[in-house]
Amino acid sequence: MMAWTIYLTFAGAALVLLLPRFLARWVALGTAVAGFGLSATALFAPGADFARLTTIVRVPWVPALGMNYHLAADGISLTMTFVTGLTAVCAVLFSWKIEERPNEFFFWFLLVVGGSYGVFLSADLFLFFVFYELVIAPKYFLIAIWGSTNKEYGAMKLTLYSFLGGVLVFIGILAAYTTAETLDLAQLSHFAFPAPLQIWAFPVLFLGFAILAGIWPLHTWAPTGHVAAPTAGSMLLAGIVMKLGAYGALRVALNLFPLGFAFWSKWIAVFAVIGIVWAAAVALRQNDLKFVIGYSSVSHMGFVLLGLAAANALGVSGAVLQMFSHGVIGALLFGLAGVIYYRTHTRNLDDLSSLRLNRRMPFIAFAFVMASAASLGIPGFSGFAAEITILIGVWKTYPIAVWITGLGMVLVAAFTLRALQKTFFGNERQHIPRPIVGLQPLPNEPIIFAEKLGASLLIVATLVVGLDPKLLLDRIEPAVRAMRFLQP
Amino acid sequence: MNYFELVRLGLPEIILVLTALAVLAVGLIRNRLAGVCSGIAAAGILFAAAAVLRLPPHAALAHGMLVVSPLNSLFQVICLALAFFTVILARGDRVLPNDGEFLALILLATIGLLLLISSEELLMIFIGLELTGLSLYILTGFDKPDPLSAEAGLKYFLFGSVASAFTLFGISLIYGLTGTTELGAIGPRLAAHALEPLLLAGVVMTLIGFLFKVAGAPFHLWAPDTYQAAPIPAAAFIASGSKVASFVVLGKILLIALRDVPGEAGWHALVAGWSPVLAVVAALSIVIGNLVALTQKNVRRLLAYSAVAHAGYTLVGLVAHGTDGFAATLFYTTIYALTLIGAFGVVGFVRRETGGVDLADFAGLSARAPLLAGCMAVFMLSLAGLPPLAGFFGKFYLFSAAFRAPGAAHGLLWLVALALGGSLVSLYYYLIVLKAVFLDEATTSGCALRPHLLPRLTITLLAALVLLFGVFPSSLLDRILAALAS
Repeated sequence: MMAWTIYLTFAGAALVLLLPRFLARWVALGTAVAGFGLSATALFAPGADFARLTTIVRVPWVPALGMNYHLAADGISLTMTFVTGLTAVCAVLFSWKIEERPNEFFFWFLLVVGGSYGVFLSADLFLFFVFYELVIAPKYFLIAIWGSTNKEYGAMKLTLYSFLGGVLVFIGILAAYTTAETLDLAQLSHFAFPAPLQIWAFPVLFLGFAILAGIWPLHTWAPTGHVAAPTAGSMLLAGIVMKLGAYGALRVALNLFPLGFAFWSKWIAVFAVIGIVWAAAVALRQNDLKFVIGYSSVSHMGFVLLGLAAANALGVSGAVLQMFSHGVIGALLFGLAGVIYYRTHTRNLDDLSSLRLNRRMPFIAFAFVMASAASLGIPGFSGFAAEITILIGVWKTYPIAVWITGLGMVLVAAFTLRALQKTFFGNERQHIPRPIVGLQPLPNEPIIFAEKLGASLLIVATLVVGLDPKLLLDRIEPAVRAMRFLQP
Repeated sequence: MNYFELVRLGLPEIILVLTALAVLAVGLIRNRLAGVCSGIAAAGILFAAAAVLRLPPHAALAHGMLVVSPLNSLFQVICLALAFFTVILARGDRVLPNDGEFLALILLATIGLLLLISSEELLMIFIGLELTGLSLYILTGFDKPDPLSAEAGLKYFLFGSVASAFTLFGISLIYGLTGTTELGAIGPRLAAHALEPLLLAGVVMTLIGFLFKVAGAPFHLWAPDTYQAAPIPAAAFIASGSKVASFVVLGKILLIALRDVPGEAGWHALVAGWSPVLAVVAALSIVIGNLVALTQKNVRRLLAYSAVAHAGYTLVGLVAHGTDGFAATLFYTTIYALTLIGAFGVVGFVRRETGGVDLADFAGLSARAPLLAGCMAVFMLSLAGLPPLAGFFGKFYLFSAAFRAPGAAHGLLWLVALALGGSLVSLYYYLIVLKAVFLDEATTSGCALRPHLLPRLTITLLAALVLLFGVFPSSLLDRILAALAS
């Protein structure tokens, strides 16, 4: 059943190229909703076995090389496909008013979504790598054609960094494949690779995945690329694509080379913590709203990497929960930033603070307050549940990291509140606005239903998981406990 | 020798010779009806392909001068298909004044390719090399009003002659050492020889001619001018057909005749032989090809330098001396040839529309000809090695074969890492081409021509094939592996 998420999405992508303009967004919406429905059904199906990788489909593909078309899912995969579906639906909703070349836009969009479903559901290492690399080209076109600030540079930087990550992953995959002579992920995760191989292959493989997850210091593509991307592009990139890297690190790197992971895990924790604090500090100095959100993405992904480095069930489960949570929150923040930019044609915090947006865009202001609270890690939202789980898990392994991260979270609060206050609650009299070219009078451009629906879905998602984290943790933890790299 | 046997086994080549003569004659008589010549040429190629398919699975003639085997038949069909596509694209190009001669030369070059593939004897291989080479030299300089075309033809001819001279001398050294020119017989006789300097000199010199043909650095200097200035169908054929046949022959020579002097190319485990030579050439090709391609503004020259880089990747498969590596090389060069013909088809269309092939001339192609722009995206991304296209699988197979090379464990990691780094660099310039196609507004006021139906169909078919071999690589791979197994 879950395989249909992939097929439907790719079919929708092909269909969207052939249909007339006005149908494009409806086909995209239909496809995204179908995928979301399927993944929600699979995630909340009663009595499903979330601990083991349950095979969905397995057919020989290239028998000469041992490649099979093998899809399988466990609790982690299903959680990630769920957030993919949710983000995809909301991204389409937030792009409802797109006017320039909508067919091609949704074509590349659906390719990214379909590739992401494929990554999360693959159980064959080559198939995983195919889907992982598949999303690289669509990202370039999405940003370069429909983007805004510095789009050509941002698109090229993001694409080249992603491909660099892919190159490193390629080398790691070749090392694993040629040693174990199998590509089946289940078999590989039980294969005992020789320790010298693991010591050199693990950092290469992990770094390749971590580049896409935004590890410091190879994270600079993320803010530039996210700022340059169109709204739906940023939502997908921050919401899903960065999680592809973290998922790959978890499913492939950590699980295949546990000895290598044990050897290098301290360094992962170091870089993760540096990333959390560094990105938060840089975000505090930004004057472009999207840059603030971009750096906050890097900071939150640092939490994911920190949770992985903890190497115990709590830390890793928290990391997966944070992947879900930040997927929702990041998508929400970028979606709202896109709504603001579309109407005010500026993202400069100083300019926005003179516009009194809390009066003129009340719903967006409310949504942004919710999103900021979630991003801050206020209890009741999913961000808190994820981060506290990660920190408890990390406390057992690296207590120092928790102290430093705590200080980092103060910085997170600082930049989030600064951005919120300047964007919506600025004082008209305090700042003399510069003339903004193309400023639309706001009351004539009210928020449309699609955008309200998209924002509401995401807010509800983060609230529900925040108030009842066991909803997802019950599905994530069994799968995490089945992994062999955990050190109790 | 039974001449009836010769006719029976050499039927494809005979059909092509007759077709070439017919095209030449018709071209002289009816100068303006270019369609007739193309039709005759295409029909002749199809008949020749049918003749290849009807050959017996195994046969040999006169000490390896003409060998029929599944591998040879498969690649003869592939080369004939590439020639077929070239003839169709020549139809769509501007009408050349001497159409009959142009097509006759393409057919003669194809005969040379067939001879190259079907012989396992060094002198016959040399004849095939020369026949192909001479036809291609003339084809390169065919555009008489254009001085660049003449310059390219002369450069190609001079380089080619010197490279052929080296190869001939190397062949004579090997003959001197072993007393035979038949590939199958050279192998065991070389095993008795120690690795003496004369043998090494012979091996390296023999290789030079083939490395020149596949445009491996530092024997690649002819490629940029030829790809840029030759008439487009000729450049397409040089980029595709001659490369495929050269790799087949190179692989056969290395793995059959020279199989006892491979050497090792591991990082700290170099052993003298042909494998380290190829490794160095591959490394140089990857580095030079990719770095210089970064600076190109002319798309044809960019394709030339990328061809040098891809020759480097393909040679990696041969460096990993083994059946797996050879299969990977053959797979990659086949899909690469298909991709290049398609890319040159699109380039030809742009040249007809705007008169030039710089990046600026490609601007706005997605608005003028969306289907061709989509096909160009398929070709460029396949060359960059992105899934689900054939180039991705090809590179995966090549590098996994290299990783698995017998000898020092993961000894070829340095070469694979270099090749992957080259792929990363190449992604940049392929995306620059696509940026021009999809992003930039058209600056030159070229009229939006409707591409001829037949070339458009061909380019779309080639793009579909590239996609097909990426998603279902088994269809080609299993054939190659079966052919190699026998």
